[in-house]
Amino acid sequence: MASINPANHGLRLAVRYAVLSIIAVVFLFPLVFMIMSSFKPDLQLLQDTGSLRAFLPVGDLSFENYREAFERAPVWTFVKNSIIVTGLTVALSLFFCSLAAFSFAFLNWHGRDTVLAVILATLIVPFETIAIPLLLLVSKLPWLGMDGIEWGWLNTYRVQIIPWVADGLTIFLFVQYFKDLPHELVEAARVEGASWWQIYSRVVMPLAGPVLATAAILKFLVMYNQYLWPLIVVQEESYRPVMVGLQYFFQLNTAWGEVMAYLTLITVPVLIFYLALQRAFIASIASTGVKG
Amino acid sequence: MRRKATLATLAGALTLVAGTAAAQTELTMWYHGAGNEVESRIINQIVDDFNASQSDWKVVIESFPQLSYNDSVVAAALAGNLPDILDVDGPVMPNWAWSGYLQPLPIDESVIADFLPGTKGYWDGELYSVGLWDAAVALYARRSTLEELGLRTPTLEEPWTGEEFMAALDAAKASGKYEYAFDPGMAWTGEWYPYAFSPFLQSFGGDIVDRSTYQTADGVLNGDAAIAFGEWWQSLFAEGYAPGTSQDPADRDAGFIDGRYAFQWNGNWAAVATLEKVDDLVFLPAPDFGNGPKIGAASWQFGVSATSEHPEGAAAFIEFALQDKYLAAFSDGIGLIPATPSAAAMTKNYKEGGPLAVFFDLSKEQALVRPVTPGYVVAAKVFEKALADIANGADVADTLDAAVDEIDADIQRNNGYGH
Amino acid sequence: MSSRLTRSNRAGWGFALPGFVLIAGFIILPFFFAFWLSMTNQRLISPNPTQFVGLENYRNLLGLAVITLEPERGADGAILVDARGEAQYPRVRTITRSDAFPQYRGMREWFRWQSGENVKVVIASDVVFMKALVNTLTFVLVVAPTQAGLALVLALLINQKLRGINIFRMIYFMPVVVSIVVVSLLWRFIYDGNDGLLNNLLASLTFGWFTPVDWLGNPDTALGSIMAMSIWQAVGFHMVIWLAGLQTISPTLYEAAEIEGASRLQTFRYVTWPGLRNTAILILIVITMQCFALFAQIDVMTKGGPLDSTQTLVFQSVERGYGKQDISGGSTISVILFLIVLTVSLIQRWLTRER
Repeated sequence: MASINPANHGLRLAVRYAVLSIIAVVFLFPLVFMIMSSFKPDLQLLQDTGSLRAFLPVGDLSFENYREAFERAPVWTFVKNSIIVTGLTVALSLFFCSLAAFSFAFLNWHGRDTVLAVILATLIVPFETIAIPLLLLVSKLPWLGMDGIEWGWLNTYRVQIIPWVADGLTIFLFVQYFKDLPHELVEAARVEGASWWQIYSRVVMPLAGPVLATAAILKFLVMYNQYLWPLIVVQEESYRPVMVGLQYFFQLNTAWGEVMAYLTLITVPVLIFYLALQRAFIASIASTGVKG
Repeated sequence: MRRKATLATLAGALTLVAGTAAAQTELTMWYHGAGNEVESRIINQIVDDFNASQSDWKVVIESFPQLSYNDSVVAAALAGNLPDILDVDGPVMPNWAWSGYLQPLPIDESVIADFLPGTKGYWDGELYSVGLWDAAVALYARRSTLEELGLRTPTLEEPWTGEEFMAALDAAKASGKYEYAFDPGMAWTGEWYPYAFSPFLQSFGGDIVDRSTYQTADGVLNGDAAIAFGEWWQSLFAEGYAPGTSQDPADRDAGFIDGRYAFQWNGNWAAVATLEKVDDLVFLPAPDFGNGPKIGAASWQFGVSATSEHPEGAAAFIEFALQDKYLAAFSDGIGLIPATPSAAAMTKNYKEGGPLAVFFDLSKEQALVRPVTPGYVVAAKVFEKALADIANGADVADTLDAAVDEIDADIQRNNGYGH
Repeated sequence: MSSRLTRSNRAGWGFALPGFVLIAGFIILPFFFAFWLSMTNQRLISPNPTQFVGLENYRNLLGLAVITLEPERGADGAILVDARGEAQYPRVRTITRSDAFPQYRGMREWFRWQSGENVKVVIASDVVFMKALVNTLTFVLVVAPTQAGLALVLALLINQKLRGINIFRMIYFMPVVVSIVVVSLLWRFIYDGNDGLLNNLLASLTFGWFTPVDWLGNPDTALGSIMAMSIWQAVGFHMVIWLAGLQTISPTLYEAAEIEGASRLQTFRYVTWPGLRNTAILILIVITMQCFALFAQIDVMTKGGPLDSTQTLVFQSVERGYGKQDISGGSTISVILFLIVLTVSLIQRWLTRER
């Protein structure tokens, strides 16, 4: 790093950008294909798939596919349901999982390591394996509603939310992150007489920005892409989420343009969520300069 | 038509107002047509008309996407949450009846006396379901292709023999004009395989299970006839006549229309759309591989769930839906074969001389229902995998043996499926 | 760490309890039910009563045997050869379908090898399960390290101070936010054997020298194609985790390294890598779990074919449990999968333990 030659520096910068851009193309091309296709009539879409035209806004472009997608299925209902279910689950999950992780990372109690080990072991259970037993369970659970106790959770939002609130991976993410935080902070607060709740909410969580963002994104993706679970616990259209809605588009002789339009539509909320979080994510990294 | 619909809705609204005193009992109904606008419109029309026509019952419909309909129903049955009226795919019906999801349909059988055989669902000697339509499969071709290749046009009375069929494929292949001579539709995984391809096996003299007892597949799915079928099937792909299992679904949709495939094995539901784009389209009957030409039968049908507290109401709705005008409406809307000759005469496609009239005859002459057994659901899956594996070059005899073992083991584990 | 200040049984349990109760109720309890199912003959739907069958489901999946086939000999005892001069062996079905060998009944050939003039054949009760097992392990062994490594490279690449780097960060993360089902649908077009994008691209890059490959239709390329797509889809997620880890490393350490005159490689070896320890463990565990759960790609793209070359354990579990209504068989596969992943995790834990 002795003397910086401006010309050399410029060249290196160009190379860096070139490498970054080539990789960017690799990651982007299927999505560009999806978006471009959503504006093309079926026949042209299919003819274009083999060539570079697939990525270009060429030919007969229109919003026809979008219009027809809305006619075929109640797209907004699906998107709304997914956002409600995903949003609530993410919020509840961040709270309950960080709370548990706080306990595992900072507190000493009898049975702690065993409980943590059991929770981590549940990471291994693929959801597909427990779907049927879980279905039998939730179909009989009680709920305190407006008119007293109701039995069975089918065809509700809660059945799509509550079973997904706590999971081993989110707890694990928080635990790993908390372990890296300086324990002196916690102990100092304890010496000053702060309660555990105060330490959790005032000392630890303000430092948890990056892990909150990571856990939120992960949970968001899992929840937004739910398919099997809502399929078996929701029979009413008014509660169906986006991935179940995708099935509306696979008829015999699938209208691929509409499929692409629908896929584009349901991907937008995720991108917005990610963009919003990315800002928070970066800001929080800047604020945790204490670490190291 | 629209005017009529408005009137009917209006009448419905009036009855609703009038009927509030003697409240209608609500009946729930599930249907597989979500995402299919035409189909949804017709079924909703029937429901509206029914609700308006009497004051005892009010049907409320919930539509599901077809692709996951069966999974939804099975899950709901496990959770004890079935509706009153269900629609059910013909070959699956025995499974649901045997499992106790359905109850026998309490309608007078004289009502369905002149219905196509494939539209009546019998299990254990009782009627469980009735369909408003049937579906049929034919060999799609262009008249110009037949002329250019110098091929005889097969007829119902005199279909192509297996040799003639292969000669036609050879001619198409030799012409060099086509990417593939024959498109059986390998991209349509799932029920399409047993529905569309098991009739070939039956025409060879084999079957998916032994229909005399329904207790084994041994001898019929791995006997000499089945092995001959398997070898023929494999040759279609090994020798480049047909696109294999990795066929893109989009190619399946567009390949024949674009002229890249010479012949296509396809259902009547695709006929209307294809006719719009291919003006010299002809529908040829299935070839005869020795035991007569065969095609599959039975499509979606209506039944009453076992948990329904009002089977008489459910049956009243089903009987109402069986009117010729609705049969004709479905047929005009989505190209399905109306269940009765009188309804066929009312349609634009199936009336005498109509462009699809041939399908009605195909359905009447060649149709063979898939094995009527609760075990069909599993056997169909096994058959599908065996056909995919053979197409991909697996040893024919070994693959069919393995399929037989799996089907037999399944029948045994289910104590014979109640036959 | 076990300071008196942090000892608190009541607060400890209190904070962990809500999360633990939810997990116990909605994951552990159903899993025990699945475990019980694997010991019965329960069907998904059936009027028949459920029977306890012990380990029969496990035996049906795991049964293996080796048989020896002797070459066919003529009347004079000489080995018969075919047109290509290769020895002829009796078909395996003459043994597995013969009443003389009831112990091999219904088993199928998995693979074989030549041993002198004889052939040894490994036969399995459930060849599809065996193939699924091998494919799943292959997938994990290839994808886990490749994906973790690539993700780290990408993270290092975008952890530089450049104008507009956030845009690249976002783009690299893009495939992650799109559902794997959607991604699989899109890649089916790309992998198309006739006029797919990949084939056309390779053909134009090599000026037509490249012969088109039916990527998903060829047993030799199908699993590899799915691996490549899976890495493409998920690498951005692990990149973000690495990035979070990278950014927890204090800049002062890098400054110190620079003052000491450390090379880039040395900086990575002695500053970056030690600082990523916890992140590395996290990524290793998460990737392994995700790889073992491989399902959606298979379901959308190949359904386990061609010729079982893309069968996986979770796909088989679902196919049996739901598709073939054999919920006990499907559950058995899940339990086996659970035990495998548990073993792998314990090994990983042991390898990455703090020394």
